[in-house]
Amino acid sequence: MQRDSNTQTMIVAACLCLVCSVLVSTAAVVLRPTQQENKTLDIQRNILKVAGVFDENKSVASQFAAVKPQLIWLEKGTVVTAADAKYEKLDLKTYDPRKAAKQPEFSDPVEPPGALPQISRRERFAFVYQLKKEDGSLDQIILPIYGKGLWSTLYGFLAIDADLETIRGITFYEHGETPGLGGEVDNPAWKAKWNGKKAFGSDGRTPVIAVAKGASGDHQIDALSGATITSNGVTDLVQYWLGPDGFGPYLAHLRAAGPQAADSSQSTSNEGDTNG
Amino acid sequence: MAESTKDILTKPIFRENPIALQILGICSALAVTTKLETALVMSIAVTMVTALSSAAIALIRNYIPNSIRIIVQMTVIATLVILVDQFLRAYFFSISKQMSVFVGLIITNCIVMGRAEGFAMKNDPAASFWDGVGNGLGYSFILLTVATVRELLGKGQLMGFQVLSTGDDGIYTPNGLMLLPPSAFFLIGCIIWTIRTFDRKQVEAE
Repeated sequence: MQRDSNTQTMIVAACLCLVCSVLVSTAAVVLRPTQQENKTLDIQRNILKVAGVFDENKSVASQFAAVKPQLIWLEKGTVVTAADAKYEKLDLKTYDPRKAAKQPEFSDPVEPPGALPQISRRERFAFVYQLKKEDGSLDQIILPIYGKGLWSTLYGFLAIDADLETIRGITFYEHGETPGLGGEVDNPAWKAKWNGKKAFGSDGRTPVIAVAKGASGDHQIDALSGATITSNGVTDLVQYWLGPDGFGPYLAHLRAAGPQAADSSQSTSNEGDTNG
Repeated sequence: MAESTKDILTKPIFRENPIALQILGICSALAVTTKLETALVMSIAVTMVTALSSAAIALIRNYIPNSIRIIVQMTVIATLVILVDQFLRAYFFSISKQMSVFVGLIITNCIVMGRAEGFAMKNDPAASFWDGVGNGLGYSFILLTVATVRELLGKGQLMGFQVLSTGDDGIYTPNGLMLLPPSAFFLIGCIIWTIRTFDRKQVEAE
């Protein structure tokens, strides 16, 4: 057979594709559990880091035991109860907010449209993480946040103090922004600028915190130089997730319950039943 | 080929360095050299990919139809890069996160493709393998040199350890420029200058 004949070309191309795809898919399947484990650990590590309690020398899993995850019904702001889960046909063990955002049955449209630029639907239920002080009172709440930057979706966490107003920290654990420009959302020096800022305006519930050039005052954080679109994206996503369509209702419940009622699962579970 | 394995292996390090002589693969040399650690992992990854892709292509070189040879080379290279990327994600998670897209971009690294097209298509698998390793080492040499200087002068650290004490009572004030991409250009320029001072043959004719 001729080396440059059409038949030979087709055969070589087909064989090569077959061998390469088998190699790639084998690697993907074999390594997936390890990668998944790394991802979970990384998320837990980031939650601990954003809360400012991470200790390099201890195992992530043991430290994470102090953190209490809760699944929240975003719209109602209540903890998802077993009854809710049944009603919504939700499997609590396997629920993955990121997947849910893509499934019509577990997601809601972003309201108002455009509040979270380029994202039209968000998951109906999201995890929040409560961290207690030694005496059992609430220390801080860690909220998952995400939104578009310039190239990619930024995924991260925002830690809010028990006063439900002061930012304790922010971190982005996954993004594909330009290294050195938008990628500086990772920069510890920039992230440190968030600490102590106030999230809400004078009415106590409208998020006004923003990333801005020449930032000043309690509500602004210096923009990243050379990364205007990433900076704006961060403003939009933080405001959205703290706002009425994000964790606003949940924060409102906590505020109404008072500072000591951090463990709101009791009161909210009743509400969940009546609503569900 | 009359060249010995040793020649094939060592020539690309100084005499025919892919970065210094051929000025290939510059973009990743800028991106991952702010830290020695990422530069080291990137060097190993590129060396592996270049060596294995050259060997694989040399192995099937007599069967590759001329009309699709570039696509065949790209497919082989892309497969290897995905394997390396998956492996790093599974076992070196934090490093692979820092290197983000640059592992995937090894596919577009001209050194890999250049060796496949320029050497592996005409030589046997063993020679191609060593040629790939040699070029990988040449690339690594520049990357590691640049990364050492950048991390040391930029942060006073090496491999993440504080070597020069910084801060108020430190002996060294970090030079932030070293962490920005242009500094890699200056450093690569200096390396090329040094190499060409000692090896006049590499100087291009006026």
